[in-house]
Amino acid sequence: MRMTQQAAPAAGTPPAPGDRNRDGRTARRPLLLRLLARPEVGVLLGAVAVFVFFFVAAPSVRQGSSMATVLYQSSTIGIMALPVALLMIGGEFDLSAGVAVVTSALTASMLSYQLTLNVWTGVVVALAVSLGIGALNGWMLVKTGLPSFLVTLGTFLILQGVNLGVTKMITGNVATDDISDMDGFGRAKALFASSFDVGGVQVKITVVWWLVFAALATWVLMRTKYGNWIFAVGGDRNSARAVGVPVTFTKITLFMLVGFGAWFVGMHQLFSFNTVQSGEGVGQELIYIAAAVIGGCLLTGGYGSAIGPVFGAFMFGMVNQGIVYAGWNPDWFKAFLGVMLLGAVLVNLWVRRTATRR
Amino acid sequence: MTDDTATTPGPAPDATAPEDGRPLVELRGAGKSYGNIRALHGVDLTVRPGRVTCVLGDNGAGKSTLIKIVSGLHRHTEGEFLVDGAPVRFSSPREALDRGIAAVYQDLATVPLMPVWRNFFLGSEATRGPWPVRRLDIARMKRTADEELRAMGIVLDDLEQPIGTLSGGQRQCVAIARAVHFGARVLILDEPTAALGVKQSGVVLKYIAAARDRGLGVIFITHNPHHAYMVGDHFSVLRLGTLELSADRGEVGLEELTNHMAGGAELAALKHELAQVRGVDVDELPEEQDLTAPGPASSEGTP
Repeated sequence: MRMTQQAAPAAGTPPAPGDRNRDGRTARRPLLLRLLARPEVGVLLGAVAVFVFFFVAAPSVRQGSSMATVLYQSSTIGIMALPVALLMIGGEFDLSAGVAVVTSALTASMLSYQLTLNVWTGVVVALAVSLGIGALNGWMLVKTGLPSFLVTLGTFLILQGVNLGVTKMITGNVATDDISDMDGFGRAKALFASSFDVGGVQVKITVVWWLVFAALATWVLMRTKYGNWIFAVGGDRNSARAVGVPVTFTKITLFMLVGFGAWFVGMHQLFSFNTVQSGEGVGQELIYIAAAVIGGCLLTGGYGSAIGPVFGAFMFGMVNQGIVYAGWNPDWFKAFLGVMLLGAVLVNLWVRRTATRR
Repeated sequence: MTDDTATTPGPAPDATAPEDGRPLVELRGAGKSYGNIRALHGVDLTVRPGRVTCVLGDNGAGKSTLIKIVSGLHRHTEGEFLVDGAPVRFSSPREALDRGIAAVYQDLATVPLMPVWRNFFLGSEATRGPWPVRRLDIARMKRTADEELRAMGIVLDDLEQPIGTLSGGQRQCVAIARAVHFGARVLILDEPTAALGVKQSGVVLKYIAAARDRGLGVIFITHNPHHAYMVGDHFSVLRLGTLELSADRGEVGLEELTNHMAGGAELAALKHELAQVRGVDVDELPEEQDLTAPGPASSEGTP
């Protein structure tokens, strides 16, 4: 519709003299421009810039252990940013993602402790609860046709209240009891919250999970039917339905994926800190959304990647820790983030416009 | 040259489709109400293989409602809807597609930001590999999309370009090629020429004829009687949600069709009144008795 608004070539008539296999109107764009048109390239440049900046400004960033901390910080945001990004590509967003993490951790913790069960029982039930919350979000969305902002704002408030209320009711406290001496804790910690040694540097296992999930999400998005459907329901929901894409299924499962992410991060928090503070998680949902947007996902859906939010989350982790290593006042962190978010969005916009112009 | 398209081999529509001209799709007194608004009432429509049924009407006449019923987007609330002679009630476009009824919508049902080949296969993706690693067969999909588009006379260098960058006519042809490729027996085209220039409209009309020659039943919805008359075998004119005219090609001329489209019957009735008003030229308006084509069989008697 844009620049190449011309008559379609008549059937069978080679429009360009000589070369029948080309229509002669689309000149091949230079490799650099084609690269820039990818959604994750803008944020890659941004991540490199932030890294270089702190590498120069804060000498202690250059140590391996500092990088491990940065990566750990990034991974806890990044694991959630992935499903949030997929959901965003699918045209919706989830404001309950932040508190859902805490809900999941609380469920596992309290269930195991109060009933004196193996912690794995709590872990499994928490997974079911998290997936259920996701499914409920998605179901309400497709049934009511309300914007996801409203639906998930509702769930956000409900979960926030339930987290606090139920925890106080059951434990008489705002935090859950320490579960570190319970059956199965060791194995669960190994899975969700252990560290391993790389050349003398302790790296958290969440970094590995983060990259594994990112690879998986990228594969699903680019190489499977389901990925195709995600782009379609986010790009044009009515068109998608009209050509036979199961829109309801896709939207609900996307919300359930966010539930899965919330469960995973919730389990990580539980098994690293042994207890859960019931009031936490508020505001995190916006950090996830910001990481996805910085990662090149279009807030309105239909465009984005899974690898972009990886760099987006890395930028968050880098800035968060970088400020500390540089010895600056960490009070300014959020202001820095805001500037970064706006900057990244503008760069993305500019890159996309430049690169897709023909 | 043009015959390229008609003879192009491809996953042709079911060649054993009723050759006897048995209707593929039939509406009997069908209608649709949205709450207290009756958008469509008492409409009869028959679609036979190898024939183009044109549905004409002004804006708001109920054309889009009609195709939404046939394509499975909405359910009819009165009358009967038969596919291959058996009554059906579709609850989603998927079911209609499975019965070989494919619609090409006014808004094209394409996702603008997605690449051409992904749009071509959207909802019917080709895959390979066993389940946990079942993945898109990208090479095959790109090749097939390219072949089918070339058969339609569209040569694209880059199937990766977002479909939103194609011209309106090209997108129409992609949508038609897609429907034909996926074995449509009945092709519904909702105002495919409405937003197009003269030349692009010609291209689209050519593919309508090509689809008909491949044995598909075509429902061609338009408000342009000239386009309809170029390819149509049967003409149904809708007005205010009911059938105003239902006639075969032999029974109605272009001029009369145009008059019906413009609300000719009413205009004729008004002619005498208008003649009293100075400055209104009524000579060109048809007389009522000139409109000889048969109206719908049961315009009054339908329940």
